[in-house]
Amino acid sequence: MDNMIQVRDVTKNFGSQRVLRGVSLDIERGEAVVIIGRSGGGKSILLKHLIGLLQPDSGIVRVDGEDLAQMDERSLLRVRRKYGMLFQMAALFDSLTVDENVGFVLRRQGLESESEIRRRIGEALEMVELPGIGHKMPSELSGGMRKRVGLARAIVYRPEIVLYDEPTTGLDPIAADNIDRLIRRVWETLHVTSIAVTHDMKSARTISNRILMLHEGRIYSEGPTRDILESTDPVIHRFVNGISTPQKSE
Amino acid sequence: MVQLGEVFLLLAETARSFRHQTPSWKDFLHQLQFIGVKSQSVVITTGAATGMVLCAQTFLQFHKVKMDTATGAVVSIGMSSELGPVLAALMLTARVGAAMTAELGTMKVTEQIDALRALAAHPVDTLVVPRFLALLASAPLLTAESVVVGILSSWLVGVHLLGIDSAYYLVNMTRYTDPQDVLTGLIKSFVFAAIIAVVGCHKGLTCRGGAEGVGRATTEAVVAASISILIINFFLTLFLARIFNA
Repeated sequence: MDNMIQVRDVTKNFGSQRVLRGVSLDIERGEAVVIIGRSGGGKSILLKHLIGLLQPDSGIVRVDGEDLAQMDERSLLRVRRKYGMLFQMAALFDSLTVDENVGFVLRRQGLESESEIRRRIGEALEMVELPGIGHKMPSELSGGMRKRVGLARAIVYRPEIVLYDEPTTGLDPIAADNIDRLIRRVWETLHVTSIAVTHDMKSARTISNRILMLHEGRIYSEGPTRDILESTDPVIHRFVNGISTPQKSE
Repeated sequence: MVQLGEVFLLLAETARSFRHQTPSWKDFLHQLQFIGVKSQSVVITTGAATGMVLCAQTFLQFHKVKMDTATGAVVSIGMSSELGPVLAALMLTARVGAAMTAELGTMKVTEQIDALRALAAHPVDTLVVPRFLALLASAPLLTAESVVVGILSSWLVGVHLLGIDSAYYLVNMTRYTDPQDVLTGLIKSFVFAAIIAVVGCHKGLTCRGGAEGVGRATTEAVVAASISILIINFFLTLFLARIFNA
């Protein structure tokens, strides 16, 4: 395995709020990594740095040896072709049909015939178990279906890295399990590097082989999924088991 | 000043976009239909109402000094070079500029703009350029339509309601209206179209804070574009007059 993503001492502030305070991490090619941490702790911000949607105030984000922090928006477009990303609320283009959403990149690149594009859209929708809904608008879909279409859009052009921003947030347990299984299947069958941020421990257990914990703007701990989930470190243990810090009045 | 700088940067990025990406005909035609075709009723109504009231007011003043037949010339010059382009632009700001900001702003706060970027598509290429081109193509035509309707409706009011002699009305109108007056209006409409597109798209792309943010950005876009049009119109009038009279 080789190092695909390197992050070194990344800081990010929004006004006086210090969100990332020196994050460093490495992700190997083909890994399935989950970044856990408390809500509002900067997980999604960190994920957006990995694809260059946000630029760090300082530090390095290197993907296949290229430093994203040194690139302008047009240079970043080239690097982003390696990525697929599933957004927290799916972020489907609401003026386009499911078919147009999933085939957006393929049609934009114009590299293949329309019949080939249609075949690949059908294949991607099959993979997320939503065949035959290409004509529907995003507003006609449930939350779980939107996420699955978002996943189909993220994988249809066979990216090397797939990012998932809170993939199970807002879904019922069955829909969440469905998404987890799909993420696992995408990782196993397409051999992508899979990076998710979540605070759903059941999801983290299913979709990762390594967990990084973001705490107070830094990577607090990292290790194999089982080790982190069974850790006796008080900070990790409290988070994994959902135990709030006792208040003074209690 | 920061926002003004950002608007100029967006304008420069829009120009740069043509080097990197051929504009999508499908998106351009879609915007042309929304901006050009669907704005016609608004600019026609505006042109007609303005032409009629300008005719009536001019006649009422000129009648005192027995210059009734000069009414057509005043309406024609006023509509072609000033009221036509400015009022059409203000109506386009309200109808099209506001819609642009609201649409792009909603895309921004629902992460659709980030999704575009994640899919290796530049938001300026995909969203700004088709709107910019469609506005540049539509605004002069809509302005011309508004001016023609304004002059026709002023003729109807002047001749059939106020009793001005039709022949003198038309002769004076054509005698005193220069091609430069028409050209001035068309040049202004190009400039105003660019202002509406760039301000509307900039406010949408930089929108923050959910539904409230989209509402605020839309209001700011309409106010900023309208005021810019009114101020720049003054300087354009002086500049173009100097160019044409040189």
